[in-house]
This record gives sequence, structure tokens and C-alpha cells, in this order.
Amino acid sequence: MSGRRLTWRFVRVWQRDLTVYRKIWKISLLPPLLEPLLYLAAFGVGLSGLVGAMPHRGTLVPYLEFIAPGLLAINIMQNAFFETTYGSFVRMVYQKTFGAILATPLSVEEVIAGEIAWAATKSVIATAIMMAVITPFGLIQYPEGLLILPLALLGGLAFGAVGMVFTATLPSIEVFNLPTFLFVTPMFLFGGTFFSTERLPPWAQVVAQGLPLTHLAEAARGLALGRLEVALWWNLAYLTVFLGVVFPVALVLMRRRLIE
Amino acid sequence: MGGSWRVEGPGGKKPPGHVVVEAQGLVKAFGGARAVDGVSFRVRRGECFGILGPNGAGKTTTVRLIHGFSPLTAGSLRVFGLDLATDGRAIKARIGVCQQDNNLDPDLTVQENLEVFARYFDLPRREARARADRLLAFIALEHRRHAPVSQLSGGMMRRLVLARALINDPDLLILDEPTTGLDPQSRHQVWGKVQELKGRGLTVLLTTHYMDEAARLCDRLLIVDHGRVLVEGPPAELVATHVGQEVIEIEDPHPELVSRVRAEGWSHEELPHRLVVYAGAGEEVYRRLGEACGRGGCALRVATLEDVFLKLTGRDLRE
Repeated sequence: MSGRRLTWRFVRVWQRDLTVYRKIWKISLLPPLLEPLLYLAAFGVGLSGLVGAMPHRGTLVPYLEFIAPGLLAINIMQNAFFETTYGSFVRMVYQKTFGAILATPLSVEEVIAGEIAWAATKSVIATAIMMAVITPFGLIQYPEGLLILPLALLGGLAFGAVGMVFTATLPSIEVFNLPTFLFVTPMFLFGGTFFSTERLPPWAQVVAQGLPLTHLAEAARGLALGRLEVALWWNLAYLTVFLGVVFPVALVLMRRRLIE
Repeated sequence: MGGSWRVEGPGGKKPPGHVVVEAQGLVKAFGGARAVDGVSFRVRRGECFGILGPNGAGKTTTVRLIHGFSPLTAGSLRVFGLDLATDGRAIKARIGVCQQDNNLDPDLTVQENLEVFARYFDLPRREARARADRLLAFIALEHRRHAPVSQLSGGMMRRLVLARALINDPDLLILDEPTTGLDPQSRHQVWGKVQELKGRGLTVLLTTHYMDEAARLCDRLLIVDHGRVLVEGPPAELVATHVGQEVIEIEDPHPELVSRVRAEGWSHEELPHRLVVYAGAGEEVYRRLGEACGRGGCALRVATLEDVFLKLTGRDLRE
């Protein structure tokens, strides 16, 4: 097919996913609603007293205020990543949904862009719910905190695109344990989420600066604490460049996988 | 006839002769293997054109080339006078495709499957709803419109796939093995719908390995094997040309009888426990064979497309 492969038509695939979501939204709401409460209870009651405060860009931040944006960042990552890994893989391989759509005027690129856009949308929805839950605890400063919503869109696109790269390359659904274990879990633990990367040994700090979740968590923390600092721009630039690289890779690999 | 599947305009029969699909020297290679190896054909407006072949003959690969799923290795493919290589999107907007896999959207209901698909063709919401209603009536599934597709029977799912392929009011309908795996009742229902569409002037391109299906639905067909065209023509003409009007079938033939058929030089096919004699055999051969047959087990019957098919593609089992 010549002409532009990626047009506004990707919205049609996004709409399809939204239609499905609207049927099952009650179930989809529960995790972002309850998970932060569980985490805050566990860390707030269990760890907060032990840890006290965490260093963040030269100041000490009470532990609950420190991890709340970390939890938001994890939530953004997981919603998008699992949507374009397990979700998209099931639609591609088992439900043959992509195959059906490709017999219409839509292109592979539009299908994949629509899926990634939907994954990011899920991140935004989940973030909004989670923010509503933790705001009463005074863990998010407004109005700066509202900027976490567009940040969730950027982070959701980035992690949705990474997930799609794995979906384009992995042979079967069982193998998805691998990126979860090797990619998601280390970031979950060491990406500046539950403790400051400043506490890592120097070499590990360098590694952590290469992880997208570190930048997402740092940016979310800056916004939640109401600190619009220069470092925020560096985090946003990293995520934007990351998306700019990974997104086209996902499209190319998916075309290779789907078009025989 | 009720409401036409066409939503606007008179629809109806179009003058025949206009070429809808023009395929020339199609080649599709996967790695070194050529799944389609120099296939050429033309589908004319308003006809039902069949591609008949055993499993693995390249039927599905050929139609996939047309619905833009897979790029050509060599050859040229024009649909509606447009080049598939440059106008894929415009072509796909005007075709309806029933793929072989059941790829209805299991996350959606019957009606939602039609309406969501309509969005891929940019149909406005009201228009999509109107077409979905009409198509649900056409396939007699109005009473199940809110059912999840997983609750449908195999025949209902096939009819829904057919309805979904019609949502964009296509000028060409591609059916890839539309009745494989269906029970006889469901097959007849699907055939009935296809014949109805054909009667309204819709151009149909069909792949199948069922002879009765090809004979019943197709105005003209190709028989393909190993990615190549063996013969092309109207089903009745192919039968007349390649096996004649009648064949004689003998069950558990005596070895002497087999050697006599060989000696007479009659065109025939030796199967396990069965001997089929072609050659426009007719009464005379039948009478002479009948004498040799002895008791029963010898039948003169009308030749069918299946005889042509087996004669041309051989009898090896295809996996």
C-alpha cells in the first residue's frame, strides 16, 4: 500500500477498544481504585515509621509523599504495558482481531498506533482514579498535580510502545513472563519508586537513569510535590525521545510480523 | 426480496463483461517456496468466480493477495481498474472479505460486531445502525443481536461474518472457504444467502475445496494445485471436456475387468476397491462392461466436478 501508512484512522481502533472497555469498565476500575490503598496501608503503616523520610533533589520528603507518585508511575507503566503485551497479543493471535481489521481500509500502522493510543488512554483513566483516591490523604499538591494526567498520557504512550515491541517479537504468550521479569520488575523495584535512586551505588544510579520508569517517577514526584523544577524538563525530554525511538520500531516490527 | 443489501441507489444487476479483478502472473513466495506460482485470471462484474483446489494449493494465499494482506512477489493485480500496489486503501474500501478463520470480535455482541466494523469504513453512526439492522434481518439473526458472539452456533457465526463483510456495501465479495466445518443445514443457508447476493448482481470471488459448492455457486472457476492453474471454465464445461457426460463406477472390480479396461484403452482411474471409467463412456461401454462385471457393483452415473478434480489433482492425500 502506498501513500501515508499512518493517518487519523488509527482512532477507529482506539474506538473499538473503548467500546469494549465501556462494557467491562466496572471490573477495570477496581485495581486502580484498591491497589493504591493497599500499598499506602502497607507502606504507610508498615514501613513509614522505619523509613521516615527519603532524599529527593536535595530535600527530605516524608515517605508516604515520596512513594505516592512512585505508585502513580508504576500504575501508568503497568496499565499501558500489560495492555499492549497480553491484551494486544490475545487480540492479534487468539482473537484474530487485527487480521479482520486489516481487510478494511486500515493499515497495520493504524491498528498498532490505535492499540498504543488506547493503552495510554487506560493509563490516564487509571491515573485519574488513583489520584482521586490518594488526594484526600494530602499526597498531591494542586494545581501542579493536575499535570500528572498529561504526563500519564506521555508515559502510557512510551510504555505502550515498548510493550508492542515485545508483542511484535515474542513467539507465544508464555514468553511474556520474560519481559515482565527482566524489564518491568527491576524498574518497579529500582526505578526510584519505593526508594530514592540516590541510595543506589554510583554505577546502579547510572543504570537507573537509563530506565524510563525512573524518569516517569521523578516527573510525577516533582508534580505531586508541586515543584516545577528544571529537572522535570530533563525527565520529559527523556520520555519523549524514548517514545520517539520505540514507537516507530514497534510499527516496523509489527508490519514485519503481520504482513507475510 | 425485502430491502436490498445495498443501502442507497438502485443496486440491481450490472451489465456483465466488465472486469472487476484482473490478475496476471501472480507469484507469491515464502522464503524459497512458491505458494502461488504464475496464476492469472479475470473476474467479471456480476459473476461468481471460484478458485477450487485441494488443501495447500494456494487458494487462500491467492485471495489474500487481493484483500491486500500480503504483497506480491511478482505479477500484477488490478481490482476495479485500480492497481493494488498503489491504491490498496481505495480497493479495500470497496471489497467485503469473509476470511477463513472465524475472526468475529469475541469482546463484542452480534450487533456491535457490525457497528464497530462499520467504523473502520468511516460509516456515520446512524448509517451503521441502519445497515446493521438490515443485515441482521438478511441473515436472520435479529433475535440474537445482543448476544455475545461466543454464544452463536457455527452456522450463525458464518452468517454474521458474511453480514460483516457486507457492511460497507461492497462491489466485490471475497469468500474464503465459506462453509468449511459447517453442518449440511448451515451450508445450505450460507449458499442460499450467497445466491441471493449473486442474484442482486454482486460480484463474488470464492475459494473452496467442496465440489458441490463450486458447482452450485460458481459461474466460472479455476482449478489450482501446487500454486498453478490446471484448468479454467464454467463447471459444466469442465466436466464435459475432461470426463464427459457420464462415468461408470465399479465397486471391487475383478482383476480381469481392470486389465480389460486397460486393454481397451478407456480413460479410467483405479482407486482402492473402485474403478472409475471416463471417456464419455456412455451406453455402449456400460453395456460391454456390464457383461463383464457380473453381479452388481457397476453403476453408470452423471459425471461431476469431483471427477474432474480428482482426475486433475490426483489422489494423494493432502495434509
